[in-house]
Amino acid sequence: MRSPLATRRALFSRRGIIQGAAERLLAGTAVMLGAATLAFAALQLVPGDTVAVLLGPTTTASPEIRQQIRTEFGFDQPVPVRYARYVGNLLHGDLGSSYQLQQPVSKLINDQIWPTVQLTVAAVAVAVVIAVVSAVVTAGRRPALRATATAWELVALSTPPHWLGIMLLTVFSFQLRIFPVAGAQSLSSLVLPAVTLALSVAGVLGQVLREGLEAALEQPFVVTARSRGLSQSAVRLRHAFRHAATPLLTLAGWLTGTLLGGTVVIETVFSRPGIGSLTMQAVTSRDLPVVLGVVLLSAFAVVLIFTVVDLLHLVIDPRLRTTEAAL
Amino acid sequence: MTMPGAADHPLLVVDGLDVTFHPGSGPVRAVRDVSFTLGRGECLALVGESGSGKSVTARTLVGLIGARAAATARRLVFDGRDLSTLTEPQWQAVRGRRIGLVLQDALVSLDPLRTVGAEVAETLRTHRVVDRAEVRGRVLSLLTDVGIPDPRQRARQYPHQLSGGLRQRALIASAIAAGPALLLADEPTTALDVTVQAQVLDLLRRLKHSGMALLLISHDLAVVAGLADTIAVMHSGLIVEQGPTDRVLSSPRHPYTRALLAAAPAMHAKGARLSDAASGQPAAGPDGCPYALRCRLADQRCRDELPAPADAGPGHGALCWYPMAAPEETPHRLSVVETARPPAPRGGLLIEAESISKRFRSPDQTWHHAARDVSFQLRAGEALGLVGESGSGKTTVARIVLGLLEPDEGTVRLAGAPWNGTANGAGASAGAAGQSGGRIRERDRRAYRRRIQAIYQDPMGSFDPRYTVERIIGEAVAGPRRGRDRRVKIIELLDQVGLAANMLQRRPRELSGGQRQRVAIARALAPSPDVIVCDEPVSALDVSIQAQILDLLTALQRGLGVALLFISHDLGVIHHVSDRLLVMKDGRVVETGDVRQVFSQPVHTYTQELLAAIPRPGKAGEAEVGQHATVPP
Amino acid sequence: MTAVGSVVPLGAGAVPSARRRRRGRPALVVAAVVLLLVTVVAIAPGLFTDASPTDTDPVNALAAPGGSHWFGTDQIGRDVFTRILYGARTSLLLGLGAIALAVGGGTLLGLTAALGGRVADLVLMRLADILIAMPPVLLALLVIAVLGAGTTNTVLAIAAALIPVYGRLVRAEAMVVRRSGYVEAAVGLGLRRGLLVARHVLPNALGPVLVLATVGFGTALIYASALSFLGLGTRPPAPEWGLMLSEGRDFLQTAWWIGVFPGAAIAVTVIAVNVAGRYAQAHFAGRTTR
Repeated sequence: MRSPLATRRALFSRRGIIQGAAERLLAGTAVMLGAATLAFAALQLVPGDTVAVLLGPTTTASPEIRQQIRTEFGFDQPVPVRYARYVGNLLHGDLGSSYQLQQPVSKLINDQIWPTVQLTVAAVAVAVVIAVVSAVVTAGRRPALRATATAWELVALSTPPHWLGIMLLTVFSFQLRIFPVAGAQSLSSLVLPAVTLALSVAGVLGQVLREGLEAALEQPFVVTARSRGLSQSAVRLRHAFRHAATPLLTLAGWLTGTLLGGTVVIETVFSRPGIGSLTMQAVTSRDLPVVLGVVLLSAFAVVLIFTVVDLLHLVIDPRLRTTEAAL
Repeated sequence: MTMPGAADHPLLVVDGLDVTFHPGSGPVRAVRDVSFTLGRGECLALVGESGSGKSVTARTLVGLIGARAAATARRLVFDGRDLSTLTEPQWQAVRGRRIGLVLQDALVSLDPLRTVGAEVAETLRTHRVVDRAEVRGRVLSLLTDVGIPDPRQRARQYPHQLSGGLRQRALIASAIAAGPALLLADEPTTALDVTVQAQVLDLLRRLKHSGMALLLISHDLAVVAGLADTIAVMHSGLIVEQGPTDRVLSSPRHPYTRALLAAAPAMHAKGARLSDAASGQPAAGPDGCPYALRCRLADQRCRDELPAPADAGPGHGALCWYPMAAPEETPHRLSVVETARPPAPRGGLLIEAESISKRFRSPDQTWHHAARDVSFQLRAGEALGLVGESGSGKTTVARIVLGLLEPDEGTVRLAGAPWNGTANGAGASAGAAGQSGGRIRERDRRAYRRRIQAIYQDPMGSFDPRYTVERIIGEAVAGPRRGRDRRVKIIELLDQVGLAANMLQRRPRELSGGQRQRVAIARALAPSPDVIVCDEPVSALDVSIQAQILDLLTALQRGLGVALLFISHDLGVIHHVSDRLLVMKDGRVVETGDVRQVFSQPVHTYTQELLAAIPRPGKAGEAEVGQHATVPP
Repeated sequence: MTAVGSVVPLGAGAVPSARRRRRGRPALVVAAVVLLLVTVVAIAPGLFTDASPTDTDPVNALAAPGGSHWFGTDQIGRDVFTRILYGARTSLLLGLGAIALAVGGGTLLGLTAALGGRVADLVLMRLADILIAMPPVLLALLVIAVLGAGTTNTVLAIAAALIPVYGRLVRAEAMVVRRSGYVEAAVGLGLRRGLLVARHVLPNALGPVLVLATVGFGTALIYASALSFLGLGTRPPAPEWGLMLSEGRDFLQTAWWIGVFPGAAIAVTVIAVNVAGRYAQAHFAGRTTR
């Protein structure tokens, strides 16, 4: 029963990847459109005068500016028109304007994005390296070694990053004076923030990777591989790791998204410029266009990451290349 | 126990092998004093039920029993080399190169993320059997050798894209790639359909003839009968009987071997009692015979003292104080309590399936027909067998009959009233159907649900994990909702399926596989149904437990007059239980008729193939495959 | 069997693993003691100290940890130890409130999606997709930007950020249960849909979710303290661990204890919660699997 279908499926496997990619891109676009719609709704639904909300509680704006906002947002227009304009603007990279800072949101973000990208990428790299080492070395090994690794990971993922940052600042910057206290000028100023941001993520990733490795090492194909004369470590690297990589990728993708939120806290702790600081200012002064801009941009980044992760899944696991029958 | 080796210089000598596991709670002796020898081109079969230690024995021979087990032996010599002194690097040189291992179910025993070609090539690369450049060519020739058509394309595919038979061949190809002298095959055909199983056994036979020694491990005596030169029956880590295949099958000496032979339904008269287990025997002491608990012959000596090996002719021995000597006391004679069953009482029509069809969307977007134009009738008190290989559509039909799945076309009637599918107006009496829009809705079925019950292959999955046995059965009990009456009724049901009342507060996970299936049967009986649909109810069970469950079902069907729709892939089981038979293939019913008639004179070629592929002990040798089944008188 | 000849060990030696299972138990005991202690402190902080969390003592400002002030004093001379004790209630309630709302909302969402038909499922799960694409901290910040800062809004913001996650989880569990053999068996007995959901689907789907919510409580605690740390949650001078940590940030060079001890309180509590959660998870997994 199976073989004629199987043959056919094999022919389509390459197409499976392309089809999968198309499907996921479409889904990603849909999610982004949904996010934009939610953002638009948030602007419409906030209590009180929308113009006042857009201006924020602290600003006293002249009637001219108020009128300008009205025409710009087209509050005189019906909702569908305003929605179409809003989405159209987003497509052109126009995230609206901050009236408190008197600047377009896209420009504000553009000015601040680089240090945040540096921080996030560095943190992801540090976290993945720590997690892979911690898990690969200890998975399925002696109980004492395993317990030690599990314990440190549990502590790492339970430690509030803002507290960890303060501890590291106290020790390495104020006491030992190895790293600068604030700023984002040098590479050395990146070390403490990146480690702080990475550590809790590394803890989660390490645990998931170890679980994945240990689950894979229990599979019958591992016995088959060993029975061919492969060494323990060869089985780990050639067989088990690929199986464990699937959940790891999913989680890493999601955690990268949460890191974007985490930068808000870390940048505050280490007085670093960046999107996080911008967001904090905006939230404190209730500068809604800026907050929405950051949220939309992060959602966009997350959707991109998810899409890439999904495609990597397709590459790693041939079983996913066919969509399951709807039984 | 010592038994003479087959050859002067045997390839493998195992003498006094002990394996002890150290899990969380106390040591477990998985293998005890196991001894055997195996020569080139010979086949030894280790036969036993799950947990008997047969797989552990095989794993020991490739040094893969894991860190939590300790193995000791007086002698463990392979090809003149002492395996017991090997270091891990030395083991790696032996594994794959000198000794190959094949496990069951290649879907999980081959790495699902790697192509079949890469898996076969791994053995070649690890041992540098051929030059890098020649690996690909060798992989293709290996795949061809094991009988995989179109090897070029298959090598590029992944295990899940191959059929079960082809996968298993590919797994064998990867095990023999480096030309090992010994192949360990651990249940190599267990997950396969019967026709495919015959082909894989044929492949193993070819390997054996080419001079490879074969250690075959199986739970099924019938499977190994045609291939093994010697059979060793294992129970609780001990080899309880060992000898030449024909001797063990024709004059088994150990009561356990006899019970195993007796338990295979394919070998016995219809409806004959299969299980011969004694119950209520006192537990054996730690040094006693582990089979004493289930043995009819057991006495105090058996419970206190492990038996000494009893000689039973050349190369044949049994580990028993009372080896049954009389060769004319053949196993089925011993266990047959009732002979051929009386003709089934034919009652009124209970289930009428009229040309039901169901199709599903395949992964590649084409339609897959799980059932096409299937029609049959089931009368009160009758047992109807539904047999077919995996993917034949039998489970789809079962779910439609149970009203759990709606057919695309066709109707099912329950006791004359519309039950599932389109309620075609003609002759539809007022019954289950509210006839809304032609389709019968669940709401209309609900009141009649208790008339038709089900037993599944996996009883565990059909129990709410939070429930006790009392609540599981209690939910199904018709009549008294609570209180003493209900409890009495539940205990009555438990008694009916051979369980004691002390089971009431147990949870399913605390029960053995056989006990779970008994609870499932009790639940199915609880609403006093007219029909019970049994979907592979014994497929996941050990042979002796399977025998008990089949006996129970047969007895209940006769005693209570409940009709059975019995679904199985196992022709032996079907033959044993049912009066009439439907043979399904690719969603169609290809043959139907009285069981005896179909088994003795199959009309459809597929039925003939199926019957020919049943492995049977008794007649060892290659002529076995290809013969037709004959029902014992 | 009596060993004849040389009895030689094969393969790797045995590991005395009987101890392995028990080894983790002390961690559970310690975690349970910590959680009990924290709970008691949150209910009745006055049992452990006579000092007031808000009384200032400028003369003794920035005193280092010592005999009279175990954890030192802050910039206006308030006792850090006392403030930590009194801060427990607010900190725990923030986390508890947020996780309770998140699990409650998520359960409603997930069950509606799983049992409410194809359209409800499609709409709700696409909505969850959208919300999950937004990093939780940013989503919480967005809610605060709309609603304004404050304790209640912090709880709402964190709950809003976590609801889609729990919604997904509950739906997934409910789907597994819905397709399980025991639900099919119950259908086969002719159980009404409502009874079936109440008797089999709900308890089996919610069990694992509640266990996961334990770990989620730890996450909520961290989020809550982070928002307070950013100055968006509790307002001074009320004692709250995250807020105290943020106040201590300005004195890292001169008086590290102001920030370090409240942060340690959060970390210790969250570690204890996570240890307990892991055990609950392992226990539950052991119960439901064969």
